[in-house]
Amino acid sequence: MKRFHRLSVGSLAALCVVAVGACHKAAPAPAPAPATTPAAPNQDSIRAADQARADSISRAEAAQARADSIARAQAAAQALAAAQGTMRATLGTTIYFDFDKSDLRDDARAALDAKLPILSANPDLTIRISGHTDERGSDEYNMALGQRRAAAAKQYLVDHGIDAGRIATISYGEERPVAQGHDESAWSQNRRDEFEITAAPATLKQP
Amino acid sequence: MIRSFAFVRAATAACLLLGAAPRVMRAQDTTRRGVTLGIVYDRGTRPGVAVLPVSGALGDSVRAIVQRDLDYSDQVTLINLDAADSATFRQNQGTLNYPLFAKLGAVAIVQITLVGETTIHAVVHDVGQARVANVADHPLAPTPLSRAWRLDVHQVSDQVEQWITGAPGIAATRIAYLRGLALHIVDSDGAMDIAVPTVPGGYSSEWSPDARSLVYSTFGTTSRLMLLDLATGRSRVLVDAERNVTVVTPEFAPDGRSVLYARAGETGSDIYSVDVTPGAVPRRLTFGRGTDNVNPTMSPDGRRIAFMSTRLGRPELYIMDADGTNADVLTNYDFSDTNYRSDPDWSPDGRSIAYQSRVNGRFQVYSIPVRGGSPRLLTGDGENEQPSWAPDGRHLVFTSTRSGVRQLWILDAESGRIRQLTFAAGSRLAAWSPRLGAAGRQ
Repeated sequence: MKRFHRLSVGSLAALCVVAVGACHKAAPAPAPAPATTPAAPNQDSIRAADQARADSISRAEAAQARADSIARAQAAAQALAAAQGTMRATLGTTIYFDFDKSDLRDDARAALDAKLPILSANPDLTIRISGHTDERGSDEYNMALGQRRAAAAKQYLVDHGIDAGRIATISYGEERPVAQGHDESAWSQNRRDEFEITAAPATLKQP
Repeated sequence: MIRSFAFVRAATAACLLLGAAPRVMRAQDTTRRGVTLGIVYDRGTRPGVAVLPVSGALGDSVRAIVQRDLDYSDQVTLINLDAADSATFRQNQGTLNYPLFAKLGAVAIVQITLVGETTIHAVVHDVGQARVANVADHPLAPTPLSRAWRLDVHQVSDQVEQWITGAPGIAATRIAYLRGLALHIVDSDGAMDIAVPTVPGGYSSEWSPDARSLVYSTFGTTSRLMLLDLATGRSRVLVDAERNVTVVTPEFAPDGRSVLYARAGETGSDIYSVDVTPGAVPRRLTFGRGTDNVNPTMSPDGRRIAFMSTRLGRPELYIMDADGTNADVLTNYDFSDTNYRSDPDWSPDGRSIAYQSRVNGRFQVYSIPVRGGSPRLLTGDGENEQPSWAPDGRHLVFTSTRSGVRQLWILDAESGRIRQLTFAAGSRLAAWSPRLGAAGRQ
């Protein structure tokens, strides 16, 4: 036993010398470092690697969560803007009339009906209705006819509960055509009421 | 004509002794007015009139203006002298060669001289009586060919017209109208078109009886009635803007003290009257109960008002008393649902109303006797609207599409002759002025 022990130490010492000597010389001596490191450092690095992996996963997940949240917020804002846009567009739809008439057609009533809930939900909203005619007929009488067409739309809204003070009416007669032709296709586009928002909160309430 | 001359010559031999020998040019005003004794105007005949060449640098311009004015009156026939040998115009003592002019067909000779730069000396010769019949001096504005200068020449034409025919001409008048969306004024012969300073949105306009002002309406977001002083170019509010109201078709009453107009509000439109004194409160004349009542025009005696109303369910013309009572339909002479009559204008002699009526889908200009009777169709080419009477009660300015775009044209209701007044596209809504006196010099 003694002899084996002395031999092991001696060979171990010799090995160390050789190993040291090998390091200095950069000799092609195998560098089985793991074979020479203690068992404890092995575990630490595995844990560190695991930790690093977990960290990067959770960083990626956090980034994804932030991106998702931003996307949701953008979508919500777009939906809100779209809803605002839709409401304003609905308020601004034009209604049309038959020749020489200021009666409301069914399609005109439907368009006015769509405006009612938005007007009801936003009591500070005020609008201006401008009445227009086609080019036929007396120019000056058409001023009166345009005023009558604006008044007809206003009366409908007032009859359905909107305060009259929120609606102004004016006439442009035949002086502001949207279509320049001289046939029924142009004339029918010009016989109209246009609706303009004159005061509104920054964000309209949805009805 | 000759028979008349013989009679008059016999009857007025004494006047020849008392009356005008040809006058020498004088510096002071030697105006003599009144209808000449020598020429009797038969309505329907057009006496031949020769206008002598006018000497001086501005002579050609003056002669051209006078000849055109006489031609446009449609009451005389101009004798063309340009081919004749002017050396033969005078006889030995410098008097005019009356037999020559008689042969040319002239009943009267117009002789105009420019005295310095300040005076027009106008003489009318009676060819049949071979003598001077009328003489007058008229002041001439300092700037040649300016608006005021031309007006002075036009006034001489109108005086000459009165001497020859008994009725003054309408050369010294102007027409206000809408070109595009701007108010303009043009002389009756189409010259000197100017833009009128107005607040934005100027639309319908009408002259005051003294021709010093225009009343006009504006449209759009601010609809009101304004009074424009033509001398200063400043407008003042006559009827202020009202919420939910459009005002249109203003017209002066003949006494110049009030303005009639249409007010389109929440329940149709009605005719109102407002005094021109500042702060006056408008008076309502029609109670249309939801119908439209527009285009008021007053009779010259101030007693009645014609206007357009839809109370029958379609636009027709009505006449009511000046206080708004006793309205009665004027144009319901053919009972059709598709009738459309509008834009009435009462004639200066009180006897007729000019208006537009839709025929086969297009408007034409008509005249109807106020007392009842058949309407007269006055136009046929293109679409014709918005007639306005001249002060002579026989000429009308109106809007026509006959040249392709809307322009102002003038027609003579007696002879049917038509001439184009404006040449800039989009001219309409014309109002013929009264005769312009001193008010015209601005």
